[in-house]
Amino acid sequence: MEILVCVKRVPDTAENEISVGAGGSDISRDDLVYAVNEWDNYAVEEAIQIAEREGGNVTVVALGEPEIEEVVRREMAMGAGSGLMVVDPAMDGSDGLGVATVLQAVAQKAKYDLIMTGAQAEDGAAQVGGMLAALLDWPYASLVNKIEVKEGSLRIGREIEGGAQEVSDIDTPCVLSIQTGINEPRYVGLRGIRKVASVEIPVLDAAALALKPGTTGPAAAKVKRVDYFVPAAGAGAEMLTGSTEELAAQLVDLLRQNGGLN
Amino acid sequence: MDPAPFSPASASLAGIPGWLLFLLIPLAGLAWFAWLMVARVKPLLRAAPDPRFRDVPKRVLLVIKIWLGQWRQPRYMLAGVLHILLFYCFLVLGIRTSQMVFLGFMKSFDLPGFGGSLGTFYNISKDFAGTLCLLTVVVLAWRRGIVKPARYAVPPGLGKDHTAEALQVLGLIALLLVSESLFEGSILAATPGATATPMTMAQLFQVCLAGTSITALGRINAVAYAIHDLTFFYFLCLLPRGKHFHVITSLFNVFFMRLKPGVVKPVRHGVDEKGLDELTSFGVKKLEDFTWKHILDFYSCADCGRCSDQCPANRVKRPLSPRFITIKGRDHTFKRYPPTGEPSPDVPLIGGIYSEDEIWSCTTCGACEQECPLGIEYIDKIVDLRRGMVEEGMVPQTLQKPMSALEKRGNPWGKMEKKRADWGAGVAEGYKLKVAGQGDTAPTLYFVDSMTSYDDRMQKIAQATARIFNRAEVDFMVLGKDEKDSGHEVRRFGEEMLFQSLKQQNTEAILESKASRIVTSDPHAYNALKNDYTGLPPVTHVSELIAAGLENGKLKLQPLADPTRTYTYHDPCYLGRHNGLYDVPRQVIDAIPGLKRVEMDGKCRDRGFCCGGGGLNLFYEPTEEQRMSVLRVGMAKEAGANVIVTACPFCLTNMEDAIKVAGLEGQMEAIDLCELVAGQL
Repeated sequence: MEILVCVKRVPDTAENEISVGAGGSDISRDDLVYAVNEWDNYAVEEAIQIAEREGGNVTVVALGEPEIEEVVRREMAMGAGSGLMVVDPAMDGSDGLGVATVLQAVAQKAKYDLIMTGAQAEDGAAQVGGMLAALLDWPYASLVNKIEVKEGSLRIGREIEGGAQEVSDIDTPCVLSIQTGINEPRYVGLRGIRKVASVEIPVLDAAALALKPGTTGPAAAKVKRVDYFVPAAGAGAEMLTGSTEELAAQLVDLLRQNGGLN
Repeated sequence: MDPAPFSPASASLAGIPGWLLFLLIPLAGLAWFAWLMVARVKPLLRAAPDPRFRDVPKRVLLVIKIWLGQWRQPRYMLAGVLHILLFYCFLVLGIRTSQMVFLGFMKSFDLPGFGGSLGTFYNISKDFAGTLCLLTVVVLAWRRGIVKPARYAVPPGLGKDHTAEALQVLGLIALLLVSESLFEGSILAATPGATATPMTMAQLFQVCLAGTSITALGRINAVAYAIHDLTFFYFLCLLPRGKHFHVITSLFNVFFMRLKPGVVKPVRHGVDEKGLDELTSFGVKKLEDFTWKHILDFYSCADCGRCSDQCPANRVKRPLSPRFITIKGRDHTFKRYPPTGEPSPDVPLIGGIYSEDEIWSCTTCGACEQECPLGIEYIDKIVDLRRGMVEEGMVPQTLQKPMSALEKRGNPWGKMEKKRADWGAGVAEGYKLKVAGQGDTAPTLYFVDSMTSYDDRMQKIAQATARIFNRAEVDFMVLGKDEKDSGHEVRRFGEEMLFQSLKQQNTEAILESKASRIVTSDPHAYNALKNDYTGLPPVTHVSELIAAGLENGKLKLQPLADPTRTYTYHDPCYLGRHNGLYDVPRQVIDAIPGLKRVEMDGKCRDRGFCCGGGGLNLFYEPTEEQRMSVLRVGMAKEAGANVIVTACPFCLTNMEDAIKVAGLEGQMEAIDLCELVAGQL
């Protein structure tokens, strides 16, 4: 099975103190450290497990600045057989549809049976997976937390509201957006990354992907971010007092009163 | 005294001449023993290298102390004394047994040097030893068979009970002792005027057999000899098949045991840091990846259970029992290299023999190694297995975050590098910490390490340390944002490449700072800089600096405000067991006028009980019945203490949490040595 996994390099929310930058339309990017988007990491692990089980190859693709190489290599160290980078300054400022358009072009350069994305990105809007499927005219399932490969189709589990589980069959080729918890991603150490340090990763641009001008980049973006702010802390915090037992009892009461406990 | 009118060599059993039979038994026994030993040596030759042939004088001293002197045995008094008796009896009787082998096909035989008065003296000694040994065996059998101390039990899922094996061997030893005495007694009974050694089995048999005909005595003598001969060679060939292999291997295991505490073995002996990238595989994944010493460890385990009895992970019912790290390793080795038949399949160690959780459960506290009377090592094996797991990506999710943060930010919480010295603002109003790399210089470098730098509570240790430095007139600086985590836990976690990277960054920053000495308040940093790093200025722990300050009078400690409280000192593993600093922190505590200190008897100093913080365990969520630190706080309470003094941020955080978990808030508290001292300046 040939699998393409789309990954994104994002500021690591666990290891940064995020604040809004001076311009007001982005976070302050000094002193940030980046990582692969957590959902994408689960998608790559799932793809590797499927390839290990069923045979085939996993390709990882990322789009962005040249620094995306860091996350592509990390995912290759995990076990993805090949990597692709799409680097083109003209694509900076694309909206979700623009990104999906680029990925569509990537997907059409080879024959894939399955494309996976993370369910969302830590700094994103959970839209690229669905748009990519629509552009390719492939079936799509979101929030997938279980995949079983069958002949010509996949049996997939989806997490739905309230913790219930839905099971569906989906024809391949298809696009799936992967939920965290689908597996336990393996650890990638410095040694693993060094082992793939010299593997060549093709770098593509708009020309190499034969993208029509005006389909990506800021000019094509139909969604534009206008503001970025931290909401002012609201009033209404209530401090409980008393012994540990009393605190616990009050908390349970409050949760029950407000519908937090059934 | 006339020699006895018979001998096994001249006897005839079932029509076979004695000399022939008693020549064939040893030859067959030795041949089979040699065959077994070849099978046992084979994996040692295929195992990873380990240069342990240097430092011979030191090793000979270890043999004299730990093997011949049985130094660690009395740590378990009854079992230890019994073993010492058995051990020395074995040494004495080994000579007699060798002589006996020759007496089967020679009418008389003395080992070289044993002909004259030494021989007479020896004969008396061996009679006493035989009798004493039998009494010891009886007590041992009573312990194994009736008393059944809990530490010998085999937990479910880890195989069958080992009592039968132990009792079988005790039975064989008893048979050897009785048959030798009967052999001796029959000769004495047949020799007019012979005097037996008084109060021995030989004398008992002489008396019992008095008046028996010479022919009958001759037969008894030959049968006793045959029993002894057969039992001995059966026993000899049984040794390499189970836990009694230690009778043969212990001498070698002790000779080759670890000389230096605190260190971790390199990924592969003979490959330096620069060569690590060339290695195709890291760590231990299959049996032969262990070093030969580690396989010798498997052979040498006597199954005494002391390691697991002292292991804090085992005590809190984590899925780790060091004893079974060895027993399972031994059984696997035996199956992979069987003397006869097909070897078992080559399964990966993790998943096949050991479980992931088992290997992550170790805090590397070193209690097991401290206890083992045979010098068996565990930490290096655990670290090597982890190296293999890390390379294969088998790392619990809870540990992946701190690892990635260490890689990116140099601390396990992913805090900003530029905030590493922010604690300095809390030392005193308007205080300005000297930071190397910002143009400041000082002869002393305070290496703070991650936990003390960033954790709100642990920053107080750093601030107290700074106040002590200032009062002791020690001009010091810190590395600030250039300081990375010491990597102590990273290395013991098995992520060698990340450790190497942290080590390199710290080493460069330290050398650039031009400091002439390093002081640290974190025993993990202390151990890393002292034992894992090379080429640094001398490293001391702050307790040593305080002790020096008290000595030269620069530090003077005021009496306690509340003299009603009782203090106890909890030994951090990496200060105590791994670096031998037991007394200095105690001296410092005792220097506070009016302070009453008690010991947690039996669980202090080299038997200190780990708080559970070592080896990245602070971030690991193990399955366990309770926290180690909760048990530890209970020990302190039992000792009558209400203040636990420690000298490590990991210990302090665990103790403070445990006091809350145990519901002892208000009754007990934990404090760092530096905080205690700074409060009395």
